[in-house]
Amino acid sequence: MNPHLLLRVVSKFLIPLIALYAFYVQFHGDFGPGGGFQAGVILAASIILYALIFGLKEAKRAVPPSFVRILMTIGVLVYGGTGVVTWLLGGEFLNYGVLNHHDPAHGQHWGILAIELGVLITVASVMVAIFYAFGSRQPDLSDEDW
Amino acid sequence: MSLISFFPDWMLTHGAAFLVVVPLIAGAIAAILPKRQIAAALTVAVSFICMLTSLLLVLQIIDGQTINYALGGWDAPHGIAYVVDGLNAPILFLISAIGFLVSVYGMPTIIAEVEPKKRAPFYAAFLICLAGLLGMVVTGDAFNVFVFLEVSSISTYSLVAMGASRDRRALTAAYNYLIMGSIGATFFVIGLGFLYMETGTLNMADMAVILREMEGGSRVSEIAFGFIIVGLGLKLAMFPLHTWLPGAYAHSPSMVTVFLASTATKAALYLLLRFVFTIFDVSFNYVFDVEIYLLAGLGMVGMILGSLQAIFQTDIRRVLAYSSVAQVGYMLLGVGLGTAAGLTAGYLHLMNHAVIKGALFMALGAFWYRYGITRVTDFNGLSKSMPWTMGAFTLGGLSLIGVPFTAGFTSKFRLVEAAFLKGWWWAVAIIVVSSVLAIIYIGRLLLAAYFQSPPEVNGHVVAKNEAPLLMLIPMWFLVLLSIAIGINADIMVDLAEGAASVLLPISAGATP
Repeated sequence: MNPHLLLRVVSKFLIPLIALYAFYVQFHGDFGPGGGFQAGVILAASIILYALIFGLKEAKRAVPPSFVRILMTIGVLVYGGTGVVTWLLGGEFLNYGVLNHHDPAHGQHWGILAIELGVLITVASVMVAIFYAFGSRQPDLSDEDW
Repeated sequence: MSLISFFPDWMLTHGAAFLVVVPLIAGAIAAILPKRQIAAALTVAVSFICMLTSLLLVLQIIDGQTINYALGGWDAPHGIAYVVDGLNAPILFLISAIGFLVSVYGMPTIIAEVEPKKRAPFYAAFLICLAGLLGMVVTGDAFNVFVFLEVSSISTYSLVAMGASRDRRALTAAYNYLIMGSIGATFFVIGLGFLYMETGTLNMADMAVILREMEGGSRVSEIAFGFIIVGLGLKLAMFPLHTWLPGAYAHSPSMVTVFLASTATKAALYLLLRFVFTIFDVSFNYVFDVEIYLLAGLGMVGMILGSLQAIFQTDIRRVLAYSSVAQVGYMLLGVGLGTAAGLTAGYLHLMNHAVIKGALFMALGAFWYRYGITRVTDFNGLSKSMPWTMGAFTLGGLSLIGVPFTAGFTSKFRLVEAAFLKGWWWAVAIIVVSSVLAIIYIGRLLLAAYFQSPPEVNGHVVAKNEAPLLMLIPMWFLVLLSIAIGINADIMVDLAEGAASVLLPISAGATP
């Protein structure tokens, strides 16, 4: 029998919930405590938990390192791109007010959502990348060594 | 100014933020580029754009104006403001121009020094480092300074560590720098915390006003000042806090050494000026004491001991690294004098030294590139095997010593003049002694290069093997620039005087 059966069953159940909670924190950041950084860490934690329970190899198959590397850049580009868009619309860098020309307040909402999305992507992928980098330095423990 | 009309109108208002955003975004893109060539081309293009942008900023402020850019449309003191004035615009230009020259220079050396898989990330780290340095100079928000300080430092640690494929000692050097640099950044941010507690603001201009109203503030702001000075002192390699510098300079890839030597310590020195003179004020007792006794004192100790240590090094890059410690001492002495003349001289030396050290480290990188030379004894006969590079090194070395008609002479002469004006004749003596020591450590290299014959390998004299043009052109550009400054320094002196007038407004006058 697999020694990690209990862990696997429980974490299989938990991982999607953790990821879901990450998105709750992400979008709730608009109204209360929360935001991209915290959400990114929680999202990365769900992937790291997967790697801990099912092994680094499985995790890398699910979330390939090359994919993580590209996501790191995409997050920064979403953030910086929002600033560039505000430039193109004639405002200062990251002046979200210009994103909606009917009501600057709506523009502020959109802008902060876009920015936080960029933060989420970068933080989550950097966390996973750091974990992969450290985790790959030593071979995985085989099940017998437990 | 007619040159301004060549730039689009949009840049006139948004230039300050553009300067930081472009390398930051380009750095993120460079990290995932598949090929070194594309990343290199992107780096050269971006650093060129940065150079033009900062040139525009210099042109805009040269009449004594100040550019205020409210990031995100949030006005200061609540939002983050980017402020460009006579003090930081020349430094911005210096950093981005050196960044451009170095990225051209680096094209051949990176292939030799960094392993293939790491070349695109290397350029990414370089661009982010450039963005960080520009950001910490351009910003008018004290906490933003810390953020950019960390951005530039962390990317610098990885840049230094990438020298590992050439020399494994780069790893320990990078680790050493990481520990020291983090301590420095921590001290700096603790100081900022105290300062925030005292003034309740993070905007530099706002802090300055509040501190003056409080006439220096309570003991909290004294502690804040102490922490900030130590933190920045570590970053700018002030004498007893310089131990990270020789290792980081000696073992990182050539391109990084040149870039670090010419820009990183200069940006930190700019921050020191900004904090000592603009945010705090020399009319506060504690600031005055630190300026006279600590900055000037340690500057002079560093000038002598740094030069002495340079004489006894066997690794050529360490020779120049310790010489950098000594040269920082000159700048600190200029700051410590606290007079308009002293500040002008110190600021001028800051710019001149960046040009000179850049050229010298470029030459050392070329020696390594062709012959793998790292030791002083390997200099034998280099004037015959690499005449052009050695010529550049010679002129750069003379400029470092301070021979007339070179950049080094102009700024040292002004420093001597300023010290005389203040009546610090012993400071003059120390400048002279330190220059004599410079003659020894540079002269010993030149003697070996010109009066020894090239070594023989298997009975044949080593063949002449000049550095590639991509390395020679930026090197000679800097060398000729240093000669040009030596012959006519009007532009540089104007910029330095502009900076000094920002630091010491006429109404406040010079310190007693």
